[in-house]
Amino acid sequence: MTNNPDNSSNSTINGLTSQESPATKITVRKLNLYYGDNHALHNIDMDLYKNKITALIGPSGCGKSTFLRCLNRMNELINGVKVDGDVIIDGKNIYDKDVDEVSVRKRVGMVFQQPNPFPKSIYDNVSYAPLKHGIVKKGQICDELVEKSLLQAGLWDEVKDKLTQPGTSLSGGQQQRLCIARTIAVEPDVILMDEPTSALDPLSTEKIETLMLDLKEKYAIITVTHNMQQAGRVADYTAFFHMGDLIEYADTETIFINPGKKKTEDYITGRYG
Amino acid sequence: MKNINNTNNNKNLSDNPFYDPSLTQRHKSARRFKIFTITCIAFALSFLVFFLGDMITKGLPAFQQSYMQIDVTYNDQTIASTRKAIDKKYRRIVSRAWLRNIPKMVQESPELMATTQSTWVLVNHQVDQYMKDHYYKIKNKELKIIEDMKAQGKIQLQFNSIFFTQGDSKIPENSGLKSSIIGSILTLLVTMVVAFPMGVMTAVYLEEFADDNRWTQFIEVNINNLAAIPSILFGLLGLAVFINLFGMPRSSPLVGGLTLALMTLPIIIVSSRAALRSVPDSIRQAGYGLGLTKVQVVQDHVIPLAFPGIMTGSIIGLAQAMGETAPLIIIGMIAFIPDSPGSIFEAATVMPAQIFTWAGMPERAYVERTAAGIMVLLSILISLNALAIILRKKFEVKW
Repeated sequence: MTNNPDNSSNSTINGLTSQESPATKITVRKLNLYYGDNHALHNIDMDLYKNKITALIGPSGCGKSTFLRCLNRMNELINGVKVDGDVIIDGKNIYDKDVDEVSVRKRVGMVFQQPNPFPKSIYDNVSYAPLKHGIVKKGQICDELVEKSLLQAGLWDEVKDKLTQPGTSLSGGQQQRLCIARTIAVEPDVILMDEPTSALDPLSTEKIETLMLDLKEKYAIITVTHNMQQAGRVADYTAFFHMGDLIEYADTETIFINPGKKKTEDYITGRYG
Repeated sequence: MKNINNTNNNKNLSDNPFYDPSLTQRHKSARRFKIFTITCIAFALSFLVFFLGDMITKGLPAFQQSYMQIDVTYNDQTIASTRKAIDKKYRRIVSRAWLRNIPKMVQESPELMATTQSTWVLVNHQVDQYMKDHYYKIKNKELKIIEDMKAQGKIQLQFNSIFFTQGDSKIPENSGLKSSIIGSILTLLVTMVVAFPMGVMTAVYLEEFADDNRWTQFIEVNINNLAAIPSILFGLLGLAVFINLFGMPRSSPLVGGLTLALMTLPIIIVSSRAALRSVPDSIRQAGYGLGLTKVQVVQDHVIPLAFPGIMTGSIIGLAQAMGETAPLIIIGMIAFIPDSPGSIFEAATVMPAQIFTWAGMPERAYVERTAAGIMVLLSILISLNALAIILRKKFEVKW
């Protein structure tokens, strides 16, 4: 890997150094976030694309998870958080006053680091939110949605005979796929994943990664990861965060083979992190 | 191990690389500390055993009562003057309370009228104490009759159903716990209906909805202070507010229940908050991530998970309210109440107050009733606590 400090001049306004420009799903402009007095995200500008996987990498505490949570307004659940700037999804700024955060989270689903199925049956885990949102009514249509979601999450064959068993009885990897099934049952456009495989063994991780590659056909996926190889394997685009700044954002190949910034290169080659 | 090494290889001590002269002292002091802790536990246990043992030996006799088999005549004359229903020589042996009950017995079963029946009749408390080998005060004439009857097997100890079917009485052999048990149940019902929903809702608000600002901190401090207030002050509050200000009936389970509800509230709030806090945040995050509203998340996921903990805390709070006497004394629930209350507006007494009343009575028969009352109260409290533990074990969700 060579040191190319001058590459930074290639950056465009959206921070992306790539020539090709696929369909934009989320446009982030001048996003600042404060935890009380702590300025945690500095002026982030970023475009996130439909049918692509974008990986957010960076050392612990760099703001990548915080940024992810800005995309579905999850940060608002924390006391003392102040966000300003625009996060525009499908032409509408989700931080506008007339946007209900609950409906944002329905369109932008989220999968967490620790598999967190509800302590209910597998069926109820998937059907709960669609029923609450009124997407389906109890009965056959609901059964079909559950089956479809579990099929999409690649879990159907493993659980089709034990849908009434508690979701917590599954293995860690299965639980995480159940959480993904639960998320896609609400029919979101975007799926946020906050280190979805960091609590899983390599085999389960591989299954989730395959699943992510399948899911990008339908959704925009944004994932936070600590695992460089994972970013390299699954991500189309990679963004490197450091100390609350978006240092570099480009297609994964560029970031890994030919990073534009010294900091990125140092991080990727393992000089710190 | 080390001791053996020391004695066996005394001469090789310097060769032992693990030899540490200070260790003997340290082990000794550790052992001393252990012995001290065990002594403390043994001491506490001996108190408990002594208390339970004393209570059981004193209280068990109260579950039996002496009855005597004699002829009883039922006719108009004996109904008018009930002491004529039995032979004159038994009049100082048979219980006044039993005789007083004759007209009622005839009313209930009219076929008794104009007959003479050989009946097991209740004897008075002095004779009963004599039968139980306790101190008694009986004249020699009666003592002889009793000895005779005893030899014939016509006077004996039977199960004391009166203890559970009668209210308080100034006649010791006729007094029982029934009215106070019903009073306790009514009072606790009021307490539960008021304190449980209020406490749980308060906890849910403070834990799930409230911002962390000065107001909530102020409320929190007050709740914690409420838990530390001496219970008798709640009685004064109940007297001043519920009885004097709102004009609710004195001595009633309504006022008692409300007063105890005030006392139980902080316990329920604190334990419910702990239960809610123990629900992992990941469950809430999962709910919010799916686009659920706060109420949906709390109602469908957080409260069901916290429920065993909430129930446990509430049952323990209620058990504590059940054993509470001081505030109820102030609002008049210590009164002499022979009849069981029919509603929450009638005068009533509760079990601990009944025990307190009996403890102040001079007759020996009340001593055993006091101990027996404690046994009944304690067994109810222990069953309530056991229920709390069972609920927790049964519905506990493992993570």
